[in-house]
Amino acid sequence: MKESVADRVWTRYTSRQRWWRFFSFLIIAVGVSWSLGTIDIVWPWVWDAPAQIGDLFRRMVPPDVSNLGTILRVLIETLNIATIATFFAVILSLPVAYIAAQNTTPNRFTLWLGRFILVSSRSVNTLIWALLFVAIFGPGVLAGIVAIMFRSLGFLGKLMGEAIEEIDRRPVEALQATGASRAKVVLYAIVPQVIPTFFAVGILRWDINLRESTVLGLVGAGGIGVILQSAIDTLDWRTVATVLLAILVLVIAGEALAAWLRKKVL
Amino acid sequence: MLRISQLVKRYGNGEPVLKGLDLEVPGESVVSIIGASGAGKSTLLRCINRLVEPSSGSIELNGVEITTLRREELRRTRRRIGMIFQGFNLVDRLSVMENVQCGRLGYIPYWRAALRRYPQEDIDRAFHLMERVGIAHYADKRADELSGGERQRVGVVRALMQDPDILLADEPTASLDPVTSRQIMELLQKLAAELHLPVLINIHNVGEAREYTERIVGMRFGKLIFDGKPEDLDQDAMDAVYSGTSEDAARQHTPNSEALAT
Amino acid sequence: MTQPIPASRRQWRKRPFIANAWLRWGLTIGVLVYAAWAVTSLPFDWARIAAGMERASRIFSGAFPPSFARHELLIEGFLESLKIAILATLLGVGLSIPIAFMAARNIAAVPVYIVGRALIIVARSFHPVIVAILFVKAVGFGPVAGILTLTIYSIGFVAKMLAERIEEIDWGQVEALRSSGAGYIAVLQFAVLPQIMPRQIGLAMYQLDSNLRASAVVGIVGAGGIGATLMNAFGRYDYDFALAITLVIIGVILISEAVSGRMRRMIW
Repeated sequence: MKESVADRVWTRYTSRQRWWRFFSFLIIAVGVSWSLGTIDIVWPWVWDAPAQIGDLFRRMVPPDVSNLGTILRVLIETLNIATIATFFAVILSLPVAYIAAQNTTPNRFTLWLGRFILVSSRSVNTLIWALLFVAIFGPGVLAGIVAIMFRSLGFLGKLMGEAIEEIDRRPVEALQATGASRAKVVLYAIVPQVIPTFFAVGILRWDINLRESTVLGLVGAGGIGVILQSAIDTLDWRTVATVLLAILVLVIAGEALAAWLRKKVL
Repeated sequence: MLRISQLVKRYGNGEPVLKGLDLEVPGESVVSIIGASGAGKSTLLRCINRLVEPSSGSIELNGVEITTLRREELRRTRRRIGMIFQGFNLVDRLSVMENVQCGRLGYIPYWRAALRRYPQEDIDRAFHLMERVGIAHYADKRADELSGGERQRVGVVRALMQDPDILLADEPTASLDPVTSRQIMELLQKLAAELHLPVLINIHNVGEAREYTERIVGMRFGKLIFDGKPEDLDQDAMDAVYSGTSEDAARQHTPNSEALAT
Repeated sequence: MTQPIPASRRQWRKRPFIANAWLRWGLTIGVLVYAAWAVTSLPFDWARIAAGMERASRIFSGAFPPSFARHELLIEGFLESLKIAILATLLGVGLSIPIAFMAARNIAAVPVYIVGRALIIVARSFHPVIVAILFVKAVGFGPVAGILTLTIYSIGFVAKMLAERIEEIDWGQVEALRSSGAGYIAVLQFAVLPQIMPRQIGLAMYQLDSNLRASAVVGIVGAGGIGATLMNAFGRYDYDFALAITLVIIGVILISEAVSGRMRRMIW
C-alpha cells in the first residue's frame, strides 16, 4: 500500500452511488417544482386553510346525536351492503380465477377472457362503478352492492388465481392417475389447497369493502354516505361529526372482527 | 398382462427419452426397473397410464390398447391402474380417509365425492386396507400430520382402493429413510402376492430391488439393456446399466441422500 | 383382484369443521338468519331495476365510440392529478416519518405512542372520498383539497407500515450507539433511520402509485384532477367523453402499476 494513512479519504458513498442519489434527488426536485409551479392553486386560500379547517372542526362540536337512531340504521345498511357484495363477489370470483389461472384455464381464449375481466374490474374504482350503476339502476343500495361486487371481483379473482397457480401439482397428477374426472380433480386436489387463501382474501376484501361502502352514498348508491352528504349539504356540521364517529366505530370494529376471523380460520 | 412394444417418447424435438422399448409383464410378477437418473424410468411408468403421452409404439394392458384410448375410455382404464409416487402426492389438507377415498373417485358419483358420503362398501374396504398396512387409527388425521412412511402407506392404500389390475410405483422409497424404505418394499411385495397383482417398481436402490423383486429390468438411455432374475444381475450387468453415469453401482450401499431431506 | 372384504360396517363421517355441535348449528342458523334478513331488508325496487336495463343500453350506446375530441381537457385533468399525487406523496411521506416514530412501541413513550397510533387509525379509517368532501367544504373546490386529502391518505398507509418496520429493527445497533454516548436524535438518525430507509423509499414509490389512483376518485367530489373532469362529463351526459376518460384512467393505472412495481423490485 503506497499511500499513507493520512491520504486516504473516507466517503460515505461510492461515486456510482453518489450519481444515483444525485439523479434521484434531481428527478424529485424537478417533479416537485414542476408540480408547484404549474398547479392551479390560489395561494391565499392555502394560507387560510388551517384556519378554515379549524373552524370546520369547531363547528362540529358537540356532535348532534338526535338522529342517532337513523344513523345506526343506515350504518347497518352499510354493513349489509359490504357483506352481501363481498359474498356474491367471492362466489363469482371463483370461476373467473379458475379461467384466469394458467394451470387450470381450459384454453388460451378463456385465459385472456379471464385476465380481461380481472383487469377491467380492478382498474375502475368502486366509486366510478357506482356512478355507472346509479345511472343504470337509479339511486339506492342495489347500485352500491353491484358496484362493490364489480370492483371486488377483480381483486379476489387475481389473488385466487395466483393461489391456484401456486398449488402443488403432485396431488393433481396423482388424482388424474386414478381416473378421476376433471371436476373431481378440481374438487379434491385444487380446492383443498386454495381454501385458506379463499378465506383470507375474502375476509381481507370484506374489510376493504366496509370502508368503501361508507362512501357509496356520496354518489347516491346507498349506505351511510347518503346521510353524510345531506348533512354536509345542509351545513349541519354537528350531525356530520356524529356520522363520522359512527363510521370510525364501524370501520375499527370491522377491522378487529376481520383480524379475529383470520386468526380463527387459518 | 402388460405388453409394451416399440415405445418411443420424445419431448419436443430433442433426443428421445424412450427409444423403441419392449417389455412384457405377465400375470402376477413384481418387476423392478433400475437405471441411472435420466434413463427414462419415470417416463416409462407415466406412459403406461398416459400421464405422459407416448410419441409412438403400443402399450397393451389385459388386451386393451392404451395408447389410442379417448378421454372417457382413458379414465375408465386409469381407474384400474394404481400408481404410487416418490413424493407420495397426497392432498395435505385432507384427512387420511379422504385421501384414501381419492382412489375411488373414478367410480363414485360427483355428489358423493363432494359431500364426502362415500358408499359403505368403500368405507369398509378403506378400513380393511388401512388396517392391513397399519394406519387405520389415523383415518381422521390430516395427511400432513403423518410421517413419511405413514404417508406412503396412505399412498399405497389409495392405489389399492382403485381395485387395480396393475400397480405402478415410481421410486416409492426414495423419499424415505432406509428402515422405512425396507418396510414399504416389504409391504409392496406382500400385497402383490396377497392380491395377485403385477407390480412395476422404479427403484434407485439395487439392493432393495434384488431383495424384494423376482425380476429386474435395467434401463439405460431409453432402452432396456438388462432383463433377468436378481441373481443374473452380475457385475458386468451392473456396469452396463450404471457405469459412466454419475451414479455408480456403489450407490446400492449408500442410503439415498434425498431421505435426509424429508 | 376382487376378494371378499369383511363387512365391518364401520361408519365414517367427515369430522365437522367446528367440533362443538351447539356452536356449529348456532353459527349456521345465525348466518342463515342474517342472510335472509339482510337481503329482505334491502329496499329493492324491481320496476326501477327493469327500467334500468333500458337506461343501461342508452348509456352504453351513448358511450360508444369513446370520444377523444376534447383531449386537451383530458390531458389537463391528468396532469393535475399527477401534480396532486406528487405533492401529496411528498407531504404525506414527510409527515409519516415523525408519526411513524411516534407510533412505534419500541421507540416512543406510551402517551406519545397512543397519540401516534390514534392519528394513524383515524387517517386509515376514513375513506379518502370522505376526507376529500370535508376538505372541499373547508378550503373550496380544486387541487388543494385533493392534496390535503391524499396527504392524509398517505399518512394512513405509509406511517403504519413504517411504524411496523421500526418495531422490528435490529435493536443491537441502537444499543451500540447508546453505549457510545449518542443522544436520542443521534440514535434515531444513525441507528434507526438507515435501517428503515430502503423500506421508506419503496413505500413512497408505492404510495405515489396509489395516490395517482386515488386522485382519480377524490376528484369526483370536487377535489380536482381527472376525477373532476370525469364527474363533469358524467353530469353533462357526455357518456362518450366519460368512457374515453375511464379508458385513459385504466391505461395510466396499468402503466403506473407496472412502473412502480419494476422500480420497487430494483430498490428492494
